[in-house]
This record gives sequence, structure tokens and C-alpha cells, in this order.
Amino acid sequence: MKGRVHVAGTGIISAIGNSVPDSLLSFKNHFSGIGKVTLFNTIYENDLPVGEVRMSNAELSDKLSYHPTISRTALLGIHAAREAVRSSNIDLGKWRTGLISATTVGGMDRTESFFNSFLKDHSKGKLRDVVHHECGSSTELIADDLGINGFVSTINTACSSSVNAIALGARLINHNRLDVVIAGGTDALSKFTLNGFNSLMILDRQPCRPFDAGRNGLNLGEGAGFVVLISDRVKASVGLNTQCYVNGFANTNDAFHQTASSPEGRGSFGAMQKALDMSELSPEKIAYINLHGTGTLNNDLSEGTAVKRLYGDKYPRVSSTKAFTGHTLGASGGIEAVFSILSIQHQCVFPNLRFETPIPEISITPQLNFETGLDVNHVMSNSFGFGGNCSSIIFSKS
Amino acid sequence: MGIYIKGMGNISPQNSWRDTPLLANPIDYTGDRLKCIEPDYSQFVDVKQLRRMSRIIKMGVAAGAMALREAGLNTPNGIITGTSYGCLEDTGIFLSKMIENNENALNPTPFIQSTHNTIGSQIALLLQCQGYNQTYTQRAFSFENALIDALLDLKDNPEQSILAGGVDEITDFSHELQKRFGIFRRKSSSSLNLFKEQDRGTLNGEGAAYVVLSGIRGEGNAICLDSVETFYKPLKTTFREKIQAFLESAELKADEIDLLMIGKSGDKTWDMESDKISSSLFSSSSIGVFKHLCGEYPTASAFALWLSVSIMKDKKLPDVVLQKDCSRPPNNVLIYNSYFGKYHSLILLRTC
Repeated sequence: MKGRVHVAGTGIISAIGNSVPDSLLSFKNHFSGIGKVTLFNTIYENDLPVGEVRMSNAELSDKLSYHPTISRTALLGIHAAREAVRSSNIDLGKWRTGLISATTVGGMDRTESFFNSFLKDHSKGKLRDVVHHECGSSTELIADDLGINGFVSTINTACSSSVNAIALGARLINHNRLDVVIAGGTDALSKFTLNGFNSLMILDRQPCRPFDAGRNGLNLGEGAGFVVLISDRVKASVGLNTQCYVNGFANTNDAFHQTASSPEGRGSFGAMQKALDMSELSPEKIAYINLHGTGTLNNDLSEGTAVKRLYGDKYPRVSSTKAFTGHTLGASGGIEAVFSILSIQHQCVFPNLRFETPIPEISITPQLNFETGLDVNHVMSNSFGFGGNCSSIIFSKS
Repeated sequence: MGIYIKGMGNISPQNSWRDTPLLANPIDYTGDRLKCIEPDYSQFVDVKQLRRMSRIIKMGVAAGAMALREAGLNTPNGIITGTSYGCLEDTGIFLSKMIENNENALNPTPFIQSTHNTIGSQIALLLQCQGYNQTYTQRAFSFENALIDALLDLKDNPEQSILAGGVDEITDFSHELQKRFGIFRRKSSSSLNLFKEQDRGTLNGEGAAYVVLSGIRGEGNAICLDSVETFYKPLKTTFREKIQAFLESAELKADEIDLLMIGKSGDKTWDMESDKISSSLFSSSSIGVFKHLCGEYPTASAFALWLSVSIMKDKKLPDVVLQKDCSRPPNNVLIYNSYFGKYHSLILLRTC
């Protein structure tokens, strides 16, 4: 890599807080955001716990000054992207600035209401509910909000989407095509997704227990996480004091099954190994791995197997923060990137809630408590999705 | 540095995959919806697997296979797909069932297949390709983003081969819905006459086109993908300068462009700006159009790439494409696509 790609700002909104400082507080207090569905009517409201952002669409649109009928995915994205840009103190207009977002839901939260009417009569349903259905439309709204009209892109590789967005941002800066990139992802909870995952029978009817022998599935979550990436030149010119940089990343495909991971975790192993190769780090340099750790029988075993292949018994501190936030799908890479950066900034690691017994086949005991005062120089974050899309990213202390 | 086009596959509303002379018998459509001419998919995929695939996945898999076949490759190093609407058919099926059954007893298959990355993932699964796999979904930049990504990758790893494509479909639901936005021609008796009959509205299109790109030249004549750029809501006042700057980076001037392939939509209002740019900057270039052949859809620029490369190989412009003939052999070809005034992109191709 020529030069470094520095992290100048972060922004986040999830079930555990509407900002980066709020999220850190939730980790310190072991406060999980998993609870009941309140955003829409569903026959599963008493059965399926979810991680909802504690702001209604009305509250979000009011705070952000938008019409309340705009897609929740866009509102969450705008909220987090604004925090990221504010925290960076970068004047976006001065540079070749791009926006790379990621989403799997897009405007589906509004489309599903539209479809109720449209299905019975094709002349019914409000068009304003579908005008932002496409994934790229929620990104347009974020771009317009931030005043970006340079490079605009959206990635959808299921749950690995926003890590890929951050990786692309880093590559564009390295190739001197852009100076500043706001990268990350956003996904709102929707009835479509809840029912989709439920039909696959991989949702836990209790709050999820990632990496536990008794785990029984995932809880869906929602939110948005963005980082502001800058080049060496921007950092020097603005005189910023950044604390970490993007050191390595990788994107592989498991090519095993549309929704299940290979038992030996070949895609996950490949992604972690390649990210390490790119950053020229040996595995033991990683102080903390933020696991994909959804809580499904398949993912945790497969990912755990890959971790053991890489480390044997000498694995670093590991945890899945999805026990706090739920699985935020397309936003998970962005949200967990922000957590990884927090880990470096505050020299801390986050707990893996609700863990009791290691999975017998892999015997991994994750971090159980929020802990500070550690030497956290390099953090790895994993994001693995449907379609075998496996991505891994490493952030390092400057 | 040259990035070479090694193979292409295109399933479109024209005879784009049959071994006929290019657009020898262009197909004319009545009405506002163009439909892909589909091959026998069993040539590309096992029949048992085909049964589980939706139409758009079959189209994508087949177009990808055609491109790899032409490139003489079994598997690429990476697969990058651009799709704005994703897998609409399955999205519609799952959504409908969820509403009709009041969330009960839902079959997961359409949900699994509804995610945008299913097309690229299915290709990877069939080929057992564990390499780089990406899906872009930024409306009319989806295919361009795929190309930009491939160019970045091949700059770092020129020995690799990347399969990059653009895929979008029309379903009955989506067509009904889009019609309500008033974007299509109310009356059209001939798609081929789209640009001869000035009116508001475009025609709905669809297609799946993949290309194999590599930094390794191989034997014989070569066509290079030189550069790609996207412009989201460019200011009218500075856009012409940006186009010139794009060409300057390739050490070209506007008058060195032999063929300008314009993505005019057929809507006389949206097309005004494209017409102004072509007449002011490219007055000595031949002009070609393509959306009367494939319709308007977010990844139509993938059809334009296939068409432009085919023209450069043949060294001939089919009459049905040509709007203005300056009799210049097509060595430098610029595709300028625009989409409802908001999205503008440039793709530069050169013989090398």
C-alpha cells in the first residue's frame, strides 16, 4: 500500500446508543439493546427479540429535518454519517470526496407497506413509499444530505456489505482517486427481513448467545455505522491527530452454499488470513477480534473453526457484539468497524454477553467483561454473509 | 496501462448471443417493454440446479459463462456484479406470500434468492470460485462501479482475470409500478424508431452482460478498457470541463474520439443535455445510440459496452446504431451514459 488510510471520524446509531459515546457507555454497563419489536405489527412481536434503535421514524425525521415518510434505512444512515463527518472536522467540499454506503434492506421498510395496497389493486399504494426502494436511493439521500456529488456507490453483499464499502474506500484513496471517503452501511428493521430470517429458522426466540454451546440463532438488529477515511495528504494538510488507520482487509467467497458456511470455515479463514497478509501482521499481533458471531449454530461453529485453524489454543481476546446490538445485517460491518476503532481509541475490549459454555468442538471462551487498560494495537473485525461473501478488516493504532 | 477485454456475454432484447453478424436483424418491439431473448440455459447449468434458479440468476449465470467461454477460461480470479434492482422476481414472491399468508408458513427459498448478491454468489458457487466477490447497487452506476473496481484490482494484480457484469430485470410487478411514475412512452409502435419519434418517455429494458478483463494481452488485436468515471448530479456549468479532464487523463482530446456512443433514453427532455454535449464537444465524432435496442434500465451501459466492443472488433458500425456517420474507423470509443438527468458516466475504450 502506498501511504496510509487514516480514520478521521466515526458515527454510529444502533440499539445500544444513538452516538459513539453512548455506545461506549452501553458496553461499559453491559447494557444490551435487545428487546421486543415495536416498529411494525407482526404476529411475532412476543416471540422474536430484536435490537431496535430507540428512536421512532417521527423522532428521527424531526431531528434530521426530513419528511417522516422517508425510508428508515436512509434516516439511520444520515444520522450516523452526520456524526462521522462532524467528528472528523473535515471540510468535505475542499477535497475529492466520495460516499460508499452499504445496505441490504434499502427502502423495503416503506415498500412493504406499499405492497399491502398494491397487491390488491395495482393502482393503489402511495408512490412516495417506493420511490426510494432501491438500495442506491438511500445512499443518494445520504450523499445529498452531506453535499457529496463526486463518487457515490452502494455495495450489497449481504452481511459483509459495509466492510467491503470501507475496503473500497481505502483502495480508492490508495490509488489516489479520492482524498476523503465516508464509508459504512445502514439497515433498518423490516417485516420482510424478520419473516425472511424466520422462514430460515435461524432466529433465536430468546436474546441471542453468540459462541455459546446452547446458542439457538440470531436476533435481528438495525442501525448504521460510518467512518471517515482520509489520505496522508489530507491528514498533513488539516493537521489532524488521528488515532488509527486501515491496515488490511480481504474479501473471499466460501463457494459452499447459498446460506450456510462450509464446516471448515474456508471462506472465513481465507478472509482473515488474507487481511493479515495484507497488513503484514502475524496472527498473534491481533489483540482483539470482533467476531461476526451471529449466534447461529452454523456461523459460530464455522467461524470458530476458522479462528482455531489460525490460532490453535493461543487465540486473542474475542467477542461478538451482536449480543448487544443484534445482527444489523448490511450495517454490521460498519457498526462493528466503529466498535473496533473504539477498542483502539480506548484501549479496551468488549464483552460477549450471555456466554456460559464453550462450543465443545472448538473450545473458545470469549471475553466476558468490558476491560480497559490493555495494549490494543491491532483489531480485526469479521463479517460473513449469505452467498458466501466473507470479509475481514484490520484497524491498527497510529 | 492496458486492461484488455478477453471475452463477453450478453443476454438482451436483441440477438446478442447468437453467432449472427452484429445486429443483422434488429428486433423491433411495440409497446413500452422490451424483453430479453433467452438462450437454452441447460447449455450452461445442470437441469436440476436450473429448476431452483430464478430468471435473473439464469441470465446472469449464462452471460457470465458466455464471457468466460470466449475468454477461454474456466474460472476467473474475481467476480464483480452490478445490479440496481437485484432479484426482483423473488423479492415480489416473498413479499406477496408474506402479505397473503399473514406471515405464516413461508418458504425461505425466494427470500434467500432475493438478495442482490445472489447473482454473483451463484456464479461463484457453480464455478467454485473462492476469489474476490462483490456486488454493486448504485442505480445507474452499478455496472460502472463494477468496472472501476475491476480496474483497481487489475492495476495491482494485472496477471489476474476478473469477470465484471451488469444485470437488471423487469417483472410484471416492477413494470406496472414503474409505469405509474410516468416514465415510459404512452404509445410506441416501434422501439427501433424511438429516436425518430420525438416524445416524452422512454422504453423499459432489461439485460445481463458480463465481460472478462485482464492485464494480460494475449495474441492478436486487442481492445482495452482505458478508464471509467461516474458523475452524480454534475453541475451543468462544469460538466464539459470534467469530460475534457477525463479525456486528458487518457491523453486524448474530444476530437480524437471516433465514436461517441450516447445513452440517450428517448425522452426528449432528459436527452436535451446529452444532445448539447455531443454537438458542442464531439462535433467531428460519429454518433451511436443504443437504448432503442435494449431499453432504459440502470445497467444499460453493460449492453453499450458489449455493443461498442463488438463494433470495434468488426470495425463497422451497424446502421441501426448510427445516428451520425463521420466515417472514422472506431479506434477510440467513448460511451457517455445518462440516466434521468442525475447519473452520468463515461467509459473509454481503445484499440491497442
